[in-house]
Amino acid sequence: MFGRLTWAAIPFDQPVVMIASGIVGFVIFCVLALVTFKGWWPYLWREWITSVDHKRIGVMYIGLALLMLVRGFSDAMLMRSQLALAAGHAQGYLPPEHYDQIFSAHGTIMIFFVAMPFVIGLMNFVLPLQLGVRDVAFPVLNSVGFWLSAAGVLLVNVSLVVGEFARTGWLAYPPLSEVAYSPGVGVDYYLWSLQISGLGTLLSGINLTTTILKLRAPGMGYRQMPIFCWTALASNLLIVAAFPILTATFAMLLLDRYCGFHFFTNELGGNPMMYVNLIWCWGHPEVYILILPAFGVFSEVVATFSGKPLFGRRSMVMATMVICVLSFLVWLHHFFTMGAGADVNAFFGIMTMLIAVPTGVKVFNWLFTLYGGRIRFTTPVYWAIGFMVTFVIGGMTGVLMAIPPADFVLHNSLFLIAHFHNVIIGGVVFGVMAGITYWFPKAFGFTLNERLGKSVFWCWFVGFYLAFTPLYVLGLMGATRRMQHYSNMHWQPFMLVAMAGALLILLGIVLTGVQLAVSIRRRNLNRDVTGDPWNGRTLEWSIPSPPPAWNFAQLPPVDRADAFWAMKQQRGTAQERQDRNVKRAYETIHVPRNNPTGFFLAFFAVLLGFSLIWHIWWGAGLGLLGAIVVCLIQAWRTDGETEVSAEKVAAFERLHGVQEGAA
Amino acid sequence: MTSAALLMASCSEGVLDPHGPVGKAERVILYDATAIMLAVVIPVIVLTLVFAWWFRAKNKRAHYRPDWEYSGRIEMIIWSIPALIVLFLGGIAWTGSHDLDPPAPLADSAAPLDIEVISLDWRWLFIYPHEGIASLNRLVVPAGVPLRFRLTSTTVMNSFFVPQLGSQIYTMPNMVTRLNLKADQPGTFEGLSAQFSGDGFSDMRFDLVATEAEAFKDWVNTTKSQGGVLDSTTFEELVKPAKADGAQTYAQVSEGLFDKISLGSRAAVSPQRGR
Repeated sequence: MFGRLTWAAIPFDQPVVMIASGIVGFVIFCVLALVTFKGWWPYLWREWITSVDHKRIGVMYIGLALLMLVRGFSDAMLMRSQLALAAGHAQGYLPPEHYDQIFSAHGTIMIFFVAMPFVIGLMNFVLPLQLGVRDVAFPVLNSVGFWLSAAGVLLVNVSLVVGEFARTGWLAYPPLSEVAYSPGVGVDYYLWSLQISGLGTLLSGINLTTTILKLRAPGMGYRQMPIFCWTALASNLLIVAAFPILTATFAMLLLDRYCGFHFFTNELGGNPMMYVNLIWCWGHPEVYILILPAFGVFSEVVATFSGKPLFGRRSMVMATMVICVLSFLVWLHHFFTMGAGADVNAFFGIMTMLIAVPTGVKVFNWLFTLYGGRIRFTTPVYWAIGFMVTFVIGGMTGVLMAIPPADFVLHNSLFLIAHFHNVIIGGVVFGVMAGITYWFPKAFGFTLNERLGKSVFWCWFVGFYLAFTPLYVLGLMGATRRMQHYSNMHWQPFMLVAMAGALLILLGIVLTGVQLAVSIRRRNLNRDVTGDPWNGRTLEWSIPSPPPAWNFAQLPPVDRADAFWAMKQQRGTAQERQDRNVKRAYETIHVPRNNPTGFFLAFFAVLLGFSLIWHIWWGAGLGLLGAIVVCLIQAWRTDGETEVSAEKVAAFERLHGVQEGAA
Repeated sequence: MTSAALLMASCSEGVLDPHGPVGKAERVILYDATAIMLAVVIPVIVLTLVFAWWFRAKNKRAHYRPDWEYSGRIEMIIWSIPALIVLFLGGIAWTGSHDLDPPAPLADSAAPLDIEVISLDWRWLFIYPHEGIASLNRLVVPAGVPLRFRLTSTTVMNSFFVPQLGSQIYTMPNMVTRLNLKADQPGTFEGLSAQFSGDGFSDMRFDLVATEAEAFKDWVNTTKSQGGVLDSTTFEELVKPAKADGAQTYAQVSEGLFDKISLGSRAAVSPQRGR
C-alpha cells in the first residue's frame, strides 16, 4: 500500500532530528492556529495564495528564500560546530551518515531554495515596474512557477523527518548516487524536489524572458532599458538555455535508479563522467544566473545613491551579454583533475579567465560611477561597497583556480569552498540584501530601519571574512571539503575562528528579523509618501508605494535610460507632477484575475513527488492525473481578466495626490 | 590577520611546502599568478574606498558631476587592464597545463618507478607491478626517483592527492588516469582522497613514505618475504566497504589485476552497500 514507506522511515532514534522537527512542527502548528483563529484564511487565499500579481509573487519568493536561508544556515552551523570539535581522535557529534546529509542539504538548499528564489523574486517584483508595464507576460504561469518551487521546498524539508536526504554532495555525482551505492530514498528526495522546482524555474525564466523582450513601455527600446532589466534578461536567457540540461540529466539518473538504465553506471557502457560534464553544463551558467541580477542591483544602487547615471552603460550591457555567452564555455574547469589532457584543460582555463575581463570592466564601471558622485551612505550603498571590496578577492581566487596546474593542488579543497562562498556571499547575498533594502519601500510603502540594516551589513561583512579566510588557509594546508573529522590538530584553531565567523553571520540573520519587526512597528515614521524615497532614476519610482495592482495608470513614454530622472528634470517637483497626473484622462484597465492553478498544481506535484520517492505507485498515478486535470481546467478557462474602471483608477490616483499634498 | 595566517600555513605543511618538483612548480604558479592579480586587485580596493569616502554627499570640496557617464579614454583603459592580466595568466595557464600535465613524464634522468593505484571503499591499494608486491594504505617510494602512477577505482570516484608532492588526479571506475610525481627527499607525507566517496571518506588517508633508495630495496625484499597473496579471491575481501584502519602488505600480486579491475570485469559482482 505505502511502498517503501514504513514507520522505520521516521528517525525516532535520533533525538537531534526529532527535537528539531518537533520544534518546527510546533511553530507551523502555532502559525496555522493563529491564522485560523484570526480568520485570515480568506485574506491569504484572495490576496496571496491565488494572486497572480507579479509584485505579490515576488514578495512570496523572497519570503520563501528567507525562510529557507534559516534552514540552510542551520545546516551550516551544524557543519561548522562539527568541524570545530572533530579534531585529532575526536569524532564530533555528527556521525558520517548524518554529516553527509547535512552538507548535501546545505548546498542544495542554499543554491536552489535560497539564492534562486531570492533572485527570481527580485526580478519578478522589479522587472514590470522598471519596464513600465502592468504585469508580466504570463501571470498565471508566473504563479505556477512560484508554487512549483514551493513544492520542491516542501519535499526537501519533509526529507528531514520522513526518510533521509541525499548523502552524495549537492550535485549527486554518480556512481555514488546510483542505486548500488545510495539505495535509500535520499537521492530520490534530492532528484524529485529539484525536478519539480526546476520546472518552476524554467517556467519563470520563459515568462520573464518574454516579458523583457515583448513588454516594454512605449518608446523603450533596448538602448533605453534599465541596466537591471538587461542583467535580468541575460540571467533568464541562461535559465531557458541551461535548466533543460539539468532536467534531462536528472531524468537520466532517475531512469538509472528507477528502471535499471545504465547512463551513468559502471557497467554496460555507462559512464559517470558524462553526468559530471552535463551537470556542470548547467552548473556553471547557474552561477551567472545568480550573480548577473546581483550585478544589476549594484548598478542601480551605485548610480542612484551617487546621483549620477551609470558610468559606461554600453560597456556594462556588452559585458553582461559577453558573460552570458561565455558562461556556457567553461564548464570543464570544475574537473580539470579528470585528466582530460593539456590542450583541453588549457582551453577551458583560458576561457574561464576571459570571463574575468567583462567582470573586471563591470567593477571599474561601478568605480567610475562613484567618481564625481554625491554619495549618500544608505544601507544599500554599504552592501554595494562591501561587495566591490569582497568580490574582487573572490574573483582573484577564482581566476587562480582557472589555471589548471594551480587547480591540481586546490581542487576540492577548503580553498575552493572559501572561493565560491566568497563570490556567492560577497556577490549574490550582498546583492540580494542591497536589493531588498532598496526596493522594500516600493513593495510596502515604508523604508527599513537604516541603523539595524547597517548592523546586519557589518555582521555579514566581518562574519564572512572571519568564517572564510581560515578556510582559504586550511585549503592551502591540504584540508579537503566534505570531511567529517580530521587528524591534524593544527587545523583546529582555524576551524574555531571560522565557527566564530559563522556565529557573527547568525547574529546578522537574527538582526534581519529584528530589523523587519522594528521597521513594521515604526512604519508610520518611515512612510514613503512620494513613491520616490531614494531620489531614483528608473520608472518604478514614478508610481506610488506600494503600487496599485495595475502598476501604471497610464503607460509612461520613455526616451532614455534613466527615464524617471529625466522626467524629474523636465517636470519639476513631485507636487507639480501630481497636479498634472490628476488632470490626466484615465481609461479602463484590464488586470489578470486571481487563479488557484499554481496552488493546486503544487499540491499534486508534491503528491506525485512524494509517492515516487517512496514507490507508492497509486499515489504517483493520482498526483499525475490531478496535475493533468488542473492544467486542462486552466486551459479551458476564459475568464482570465477582470476590469478596473477608469473612475477607480482616477480615484486611486487622486487619493494618492491628496496624501502627498498633506505630506 | 590574513597575511599572518598565510605565513603560518606556508611554513608548516600543505601545498605551500612542497617536497617534489611538481609541487614546487605549482607553488611558483600560485605565487606568480597571485602577485600579478594583486597588482590590480589592491589598487581597485583602495580606489573603491577612497572614491566612496571622498565623494560622500557631505564633502563640500568634492566636485559633483551629475551628468558624467562616459569617457572613451577610461573605457579603453578599463577594458585593457583585465585583458592584459588575462593575457599574462593565459600564457601561464597554457604553458603550465602542458608542462605539468599529469600524464607527462617528468624530465629526469632516473628511470621511473611504476605504481598502480586502486581506490577501494574506503581504502587505497598500491600495486608495484614490476616488484610483484602490493601495499594497503601505505605508499612506500624511493626519494629522488620519478613515480609513474596509473590509477583506477573499484566502485565510485575518488581523487588521489598528496598535497606536498603536487597534482591530484581522479580515480574513476572503468577508467585509467595517469600521474607523475616525485619526492625530492626522504620523509613522510600525508595522502588523502580529495573527492567525496561516501561514509568512510574522511578516514581515507594514507602515508606516503619516501625513503633512501637502499631502504626502499630493503622494504621490497622484506615485503616479498612476508605477507599474503593478492589474487582475485583475496581482492574480493578488499572490495567490501570498510574503514581505512592500518596498513598491510602483500608478498605476491596476481598478474594483470589492475588491468582486470580497470576494465570493469569485477564491477558486475561488486557487493551492494547496505544502507
